[in-house]
Amino acid sequence: MSQTEAIEKDSTSIFGFWVYLMTDVVLFASLFATFAVLRNNTYGGPPGRELFSLPYVLTETLLLLTSSFTCGLAMLAARRGDKRTVLVLFGITFLLGVAFLGMELTEFHHLAAEGNSWRRSGFLSSFFTLVGTHGLHITVGLLWMGVMMVRIVRAGLGRATLRRLTMLSLFWHFLDIIWIFIFTIVYLLGAT
Amino acid sequence: MVFAELLGRLNASALHHGGVEMVGIASMGLAGLAAFGYLTYKRRWKWLYREWLTSVDPKKIGVMYIVVAALMGLRGVTDAAMLRAQQATSVGASHGFLSSDHFQQIFSAHGTIMIFFLAMGLMFGLINLIVPLQIGARDVAFPFLNATSFWLFTAGMMLLNTSLAIGDFSAAGWLAYPPLSELAYSPGVGVDYWIWALQIAGIGSLLAGINFLVTILRLRRPGMSLMKMPLFCWSVLGTMTLVIFAFPILTVTLTLLALDRTLGMHFFTSGAGGNPMMYVNLIWAWGHPEVYILILPAFGVFSEVVSTFSQKKLFGYKSMVWAIWAIVLLSFLVWLHHFFTMGAGADVNAFFGVMTMVIAVPTGVKVFNWLFTMYRGRIRFTTPMMWFLGFVVTFTVGGMAGVLMAVPPADFQLHNSLFLVAHFHTMIIGGVVFGYFAGLVYWFPKIFGFKLNERLGTYAFWCWLVGFLTAFVPLYILGLMGATRRLDHYDASMGWQGLFIVAGVGVAIILAGIGFQVLQIIVSIRQRHKNMDTSGDPWNGRTLEWATSSPAAPYNFATMPAVTTRDAFWTIKHDKNPPKPHYTDIEMPSNTAVPIFIAAFAFLTGFSIVWHIYWLALVGLLSFVTLIIVRTTSDGNEYVIPAAQVREIEESRGRS
Repeated sequence: MSQTEAIEKDSTSIFGFWVYLMTDVVLFASLFATFAVLRNNTYGGPPGRELFSLPYVLTETLLLLTSSFTCGLAMLAARRGDKRTVLVLFGITFLLGVAFLGMELTEFHHLAAEGNSWRRSGFLSSFFTLVGTHGLHITVGLLWMGVMMVRIVRAGLGRATLRRLTMLSLFWHFLDIIWIFIFTIVYLLGAT
Repeated sequence: MVFAELLGRLNASALHHGGVEMVGIASMGLAGLAAFGYLTYKRRWKWLYREWLTSVDPKKIGVMYIVVAALMGLRGVTDAAMLRAQQATSVGASHGFLSSDHFQQIFSAHGTIMIFFLAMGLMFGLINLIVPLQIGARDVAFPFLNATSFWLFTAGMMLLNTSLAIGDFSAAGWLAYPPLSELAYSPGVGVDYWIWALQIAGIGSLLAGINFLVTILRLRRPGMSLMKMPLFCWSVLGTMTLVIFAFPILTVTLTLLALDRTLGMHFFTSGAGGNPMMYVNLIWAWGHPEVYILILPAFGVFSEVVSTFSQKKLFGYKSMVWAIWAIVLLSFLVWLHHFFTMGAGADVNAFFGVMTMVIAVPTGVKVFNWLFTMYRGRIRFTTPMMWFLGFVVTFTVGGMAGVLMAVPPADFQLHNSLFLVAHFHTMIIGGVVFGYFAGLVYWFPKIFGFKLNERLGTYAFWCWLVGFLTAFVPLYILGLMGATRRLDHYDASMGWQGLFIVAGVGVAIILAGIGFQVLQIIVSIRQRHKNMDTSGDPWNGRTLEWATSSPAAPYNFATMPAVTTRDAFWTIKHDKNPPKPHYTDIEMPSNTAVPIFIAAFAFLTGFSIVWHIYWLALVGLLSFVTLIIVRTTSDGNEYVIPAAQVREIEESRGRS
């Protein structure tokens, strides 16, 4: 395969990944719509403002936003071919992601322990599903990041690795954007 | 017992079935055994595995899609015949040969199979076969993903058919409306089978949608601008756009229903803050675009067929393209017309009623453009052309019935009546199925290298057309007489039996048509030496798929054709000084069995969730994820065909 063909192929793959992300946008849009329909259907259970702690969620948000920043820095380093920095920055991104996920699971655990699980009401079903789907995406992203870090250590920053890293960083930033919508619509609007 | 707990809710009672079901299971089992025996006797297993099952060539994947779809079509038609036989006989004191519960499972299976596994299968089959050839590409954008899509589709199909033998199928209709489909009212495994069969097949379709959208946008020949693309490709681009926007909604909807049933959530339950009408909205936000997903490629086929057999360029190319995109947009603005009776209020119903009527405009544009293409053309009445003419009649009638039902007050009368059933069968049989049949006959020589027998094709066409009208015109009348859909029994005083018998006779005529089609394939294979297509261009075609040999080599084109005009091959054919071919090395993706295993683990996961065998579901899921990681981290899944070998292949095909 010639160099131009290879570049062409990479850009086709990345375009394909963008299209996949658009399908994910529709997926989340459906979940947001579901949440909007069910958010007042508390069925005698607690509404959002009695359940959510804004400072806690703000911490989660800051963790995720910072992870997006370090992910961006990692990509800049990857383009320079600076393997060590890339690994360090992705390592930090990974830890921030794990911290975010840990906080989310803790929140879920507390809610369930107080009797406010997804079985409690239509509102809580849609809350757990929307936020949980984002969390599931984060989990997949972390898994992918782990696999990529192993790959970087073993195979360096070749063309194929860079292509995959580009997609991973797109995915990670995308999840950040989704989280901003969750933060606004579920938590900020829900807390008032 | 520990062992029993390991199997979730699966136990011996899952294997208990009634007499009619046993006949179905036995016939499917016998057919499977016969196929197995034949392959073993002919020692074709290795060939099947190497040449077909592990192939990533879209031409082979396309054929496999069509084989699966045809098999599923036979099951769906059998279901239909059973439903009509029941309705023709179950009147007054007689209760027919099917129990109510079994009847409900059959109509649920019939609808599910016909839409998801017949129509979608034929559609993706044709797209796989033709789109890369028409845009002058060697392959699709993501060959591995393409094979994975096919195998996920097949895994969904297998899961649905497993329900016939192990447990039972959903009795909640083809779209499984809650609250009926909720655990409280459907406690068995049927709805779960329905959910996971569609979920797995649907994800396959979504991935295929991404794949073909990217293929069309990125892999066209240089020179083929969008406005020079054949109309079939335009229609596929429209369809894939719909797939990308609609299928994620299906994924979500099925997931939410599964969460309700499996984890005790309350999305669509009638109590605890659930909202069953939200399900109906969501499922139709996918479901209405879905019917356009099916019909648009059929429109594309007709655009190619009418132009080729009228021996003229297509009339109104640009308006055809705009009509496709108008339909794509409008198809997202009409979903509520499936449930005007929800009670959304006059304003909302009026909006959706008007939008529904507006869709008739671009559709009408297309019908007139085809007719104007025929005008003053030198028409050859081949079977694809007959399917087209049959389509014009049925589709126009069905379309007018649709516009009638778009008027909300009329719909309040016709909702859930047999009039509606007649309407959508007119659109789907007279539109989608006739369109795909036309496409299959038209492109058959390109795929297999020989033409189909025209005489038997004509018989099949007339049986289908006459049978279709005999089977469905009575349903329009019955609907107006007040017969509702999904009836397994009615009173003699209703006066419906005569018309139900006529409808049953219509099904028998359609079955004769299918018989002729099967015969047509057998006879054509035996006579293939008489009907060989050695030119690669049996119909005097206009688009690039005819520029290569029939069947095309794995790489489609040895030398890439130049595209300067809309009917690119027409220009190439009439070029007095064709350029001499210059062969180069060609890199193609290698065969792989990974997609089969990915799909097998998806099947295992789905099956285990249906039966609540959670440890096995976890094993299936982890294996699924591991395979994906292994595959996506590996490089070098290609092989090279050297230039000398390409020359050899081309010269042996007589088209160097």
